[in-house]
Order: sequence, then C-alpha cells, then structure tokens
Amino acid sequence: MDLEEIKEGVLDILEELHSDIDYEAEEKLVDDKVLDSFDLVTLVTELGEEFDVDITARDFVAENFNSVDRLVAMIARLLDE
Amino acid sequence: MFTSYEFIAFILVLFLVYYIIPKKFQWILLLAANFMFYYSAGTFYPVFILVTSFSVYITGRILGGLDKKLDVYVEDVKMGKIPKPTREEKKAYKKKINQKKKHWMLLCLFLNLGILAVLKYTNFAIDNVNVLLDAAGKNSLPYADLILPMGISFYTFQAVGYLLDVYWNKCEVQTNFFRFTLFVSFFPQLMQGPISRYGDLSKTLYSKHNFDWKQVRFGLERILWGYFKKLVIADRMSVAVVMLTEDPEYYTGAFVILEMLFYAIQLYGDFTGGIDITIGIAQVLGIHLEENFIRPFFSKNIAEYWRRWHITMGTWFRDYVFYPCSLSRPLKSITTFCKKHFGMQAARRVAVYISTILVWLATGIWHGAAWHFVVWGLANGIIILISEELAPLYQKFHERFPKLVATWGYRAFQVIRTFSLMCCIRLFDNYGSVRVTMRQYLNMVVKFDIHDITKQELLGLGLSMQDYIIVAVGVLLMFFVSLFGRQGSVREKISKKPYLIRYAIFVMLFFAVLLLGTYGVGFDAQQFIYNQF
Repeated sequence: MDLEEIKEGVLDILEELHSDIDYEAEEKLVDDKVLDSFDLVTLVTELGEEFDVDITARDFVAENFNSVDRLVAMIARLLDE
Repeated sequence: MFTSYEFIAFILVLFLVYYIIPKKFQWILLLAANFMFYYSAGTFYPVFILVTSFSVYITGRILGGLDKKLDVYVEDVKMGKIPKPTREEKKAYKKKINQKKKHWMLLCLFLNLGILAVLKYTNFAIDNVNVLLDAAGKNSLPYADLILPMGISFYTFQAVGYLLDVYWNKCEVQTNFFRFTLFVSFFPQLMQGPISRYGDLSKTLYSKHNFDWKQVRFGLERILWGYFKKLVIADRMSVAVVMLTEDPEYYTGAFVILEMLFYAIQLYGDFTGGIDITIGIAQVLGIHLEENFIRPFFSKNIAEYWRRWHITMGTWFRDYVFYPCSLSRPLKSITTFCKKHFGMQAARRVAVYISTILVWLATGIWHGAAWHFVVWGLANGIIILISEELAPLYQKFHERFPKLVATWGYRAFQVIRTFSLMCCIRLFDNYGSVRVTMRQYLNMVVKFDIHDITKQELLGLGLSMQDYIIVAVGVLLMFFVSLFGRQGSVREKISKKPYLIRYAIFVMLFFAVLLLGTYGVGFDAQQFIYNQF
C-alpha cells in the first residue's frame, strides 16, 4: 500500500468523525484539541480496522496524531513492521 | 510530618550539607535523606519501598535488555550478519520478544499493585464479607493487622508509571539501582505527591546543582507560602469542619452549606499548601517538580476542574489507565460492534464511557478503601459524562446568546456552578459515609434556614471571631495570589520590587506563620489530608 492510498483512507475516517474540519491544513490536531479523547479512541479503532495494524498505547503519543501526515507516517511504519 | 519541628530542622540541615559537599555526592545525600525520613516515619517502611524499587528496577533492566536484543537482531539482518528472514519470520521474532516483555511487565505490575491492594484493601474486603456473614448469622472474620506504609499509593504509582513507560519505550532505562531508588523514594513527594514521571524528574534529580540564590529564595518563599496555607488557614478551618461533621444530626440544613464551604477552604489550603512545601523543598535543592494545581477553583466545568486539581494524579490515570483501557482489544471490538449496529456517534462514545467509569472507580478506590470513596469517584465520572452529553446543548445556547456568554457575569456563574457542584460531591469524603451524605443532601434543602447560622453558633464551632477574621483575610490573600498568578509567576513579580518591599513581604509571611499558625492550646498541627492516601 503506498502513502497516497494510506492518506486517502486516513482522510476518509477523519471526515467521518468531523466533516467540518480542514484536516490537511491542521498541524496540531491533538495539541490544539481539534480532536478530543472521544475522537482519538475512535480513530485508533478505525485505523486499526481499515489498515489491519495494531495501534497500542506505545504509539499513542500526540506527535503521531497531530497531522494527517504524521498519521500516515505512523500507519506506514506499522505496516512495515 | 511536614509541620513538625524535627522535619524543619531536618530540611535545614539537608539544605546546608547539600551545598557544602562535592556536587557529585548530592544525589547520594538525597538518597540517604529519603531513607532517614522514611525510617523515622516507620521502622519497616523502607523495606516496602525497597521491594518496589528493586522489583521495578530489575524488570526495567529486563525490558531494556529485550529491546536491545530486538535492535541487535534488526541490525544484524540489515548488515547481513544473519540470513535474511522472511517477513513472517521477522514478525514472529518480534512477537516473541514482545510477548516476553509483556509477561515480565505484567508480573511486576501484579506484584506491586498486589502489595498495594493487600496492604490497603484487605480490611475493606473483610469488612464487606463480614456484612454478608452477619446477614447470614455467621461469625465475623477477624481484621488483619497490616502495616500501611506512608505514601504507598504515591510511590507505587510513580514506579508503575516508570515500568509502563519503559515497556512502551517512552523513557530510557535507569541502569543504576541506587539512582532508581532515589527516583521512587524522593522524600518531599512521598506524602501527597505530585506523582512524577521518570522522564521529567530525572532531568534534574541526578544533576550537579550549584547554589543558585534566586532558586533557593524562590523555593523558600514557596515553602513559607505553603506553611501559611496549611498552618494559618487549613488547620484553623479544620477545627470547625470537625465540629460540623461530628454531629450531622445537629449541624444540618444551612450548616451543610457552611460545612461545604469550610471544607473547600480547608482542603484547598491543606493540599495546595502541602504541594507548595514539596515543590519549594525540591526547588531549594535545584530539582524541578511538575505543578499539581492551576487555580482549580476558577474552573468552568468539572472536566476542566480535574485538569487543574491534583493534575499529576489525573494525567497518571489518563495515560496509564484511561487510554490503555480505551485502546484495549475488548473495547476496540465493542467500538467496532457499535459502529456496525448503532452508527459512528454511538461507537465514538462507548469505549470512552466505559473507560471513564473505570477510571473514576479506580480513582475513588485509590483515594481510600471505603464505599464513600467509590461513590465519590463514580459521582465525578457520571457528572463528567452527563456534561459531555449536554455539550451540544451548551454549544447551541452559546451560539444563541454570544453576548451573554462573553460577559464576566456568565463566566462567574460557570465558576460558581462548578465550585458548588464539587463541594456537593466532596461531602462524601467529608462525612465519610454514603448514608449520612445522602441524608444531608436532603436536609440541605428541606431544613434550610439561613437564620440558623447565628454568631453564637459560629463561635460554638471552636473558633473565635479573630480566627474567622484570620481565615477570611487568608482566603482573600489566596484568591488574589491566584488571580495575579494568571499573568505569570507571582514570585517573579515580587522579585522585581525594591529590596525593602521584597523582604517586608517575606518577613511578614514568616511572622504570620509563626504567630498566626495553629500551634496554641486547643490546636494540634493536623496531618495532611492526602497523607492518608
């Protein structure tokens, strides 16, 4: 799976959570509390389902969730592992 | 213990020796001081803290070793030192290492939480079994005669935090047992926190510290401010609080509201004062501790209150219970199931709701082995979830009346609403009984008569008019210090004033503690409320 495909999948899930956010422009989704704990927990489950990866507490740090690119990088890393 | 003369003498000698000896021995002196402090609190207490330190240290080393083994394997594959494994073989090797890590982590976790559970909750369990035995007409079980080491909840949580951070590769492994024991047993934190993370505390705990007069002065000022809150306000207020809670039959109706207010003042002075002393002592030693309070009584809702009150406990539960629980396989499965059958909005809630209730249940039990703490914890969790559900309604209201929402009056209403709600929940802790608390909730409404609170009744609570004036001035002082603190450090602001003003404030505070502190006849310097946890 290439990065573009991952990005598309990540954006689909994010938009299902909140359709009114311009995710590509956001660089601090967690730090600026654009996503709350409800969103983050759902996001982890959805990403796990979509990409068949196991996101655990180890990966659950703000820097992995702050932007679409960071999310894509984390998924790519987990797929590679 | 912070309020004993022996303790004050102990820290003064420690401060002196700390800056006289060669800097490379400072951390060793601190370790010795920790054990002197802990030994003086209870002869066998050091044994318990050593068991925790040793078990977590060893497990940390094992986890670190397993991570290193995995790194070597990956490196060897990269360098071609071993035959290139297939993707499945690589995955299987990694899984094997991770399984081993998990087993060691769980073993250590169960050992340490087991020690905490046995020492703290055995008699609570026996108590509940006895209720059932009593109902069945059987003989009661005898209570266990167990030692409850001071601060066991705090140092266990601190050590477990390190264990999980190492397990998740979120902090480096400490390879020196004595240094690690210093982290677990750092004496100013043992009684009431803050609960430090290894990654934060280790930055300054082991460093060599030069004598920095500004840091020392700031630390001493903070210690003094802590003693003022504790000895002048909290301990004075506790006299009236004890009277009010000891006789709930008499002190009912309007007195319940008076008690909520008095207890809020006592708890704030006691807990934030204790933390001021703790952080101040560390600052004199050049060690940075995380803040535990950020003007909590100015919060506009309960979720915000818990982000500003006992912060290190809240973030501990968030990082080590709430998120791991929400992200656990069973809850992920429930989330997926809910999304399929009930849609995204239901799925979005379910894991967080279950984890929130579990976290608050754990927070309640952590505070004490009694049902009133369980109910106290659940009440907090349920109100937070109700607020979450009502959030869209508030949002609509805010959008409908933007001018009103922007007013100072509306913000004050939110602050007073949150303060009142927290005072109500705190009654469980205050009365120490679910039954009495529920009865007092009812009485607060049906028997309310403001005329019951007369001057004579107030003076019958063990405090004189002078005491009430001292408390009122103290509360105003705490209020304004909090208010000024919103625009930056109050001590920084004071340090920019002329020498005369600076030292006048310092001397006045010192004499206020000395002359107005509750030491005289009829008073007894109280243990810190959080000491019992």
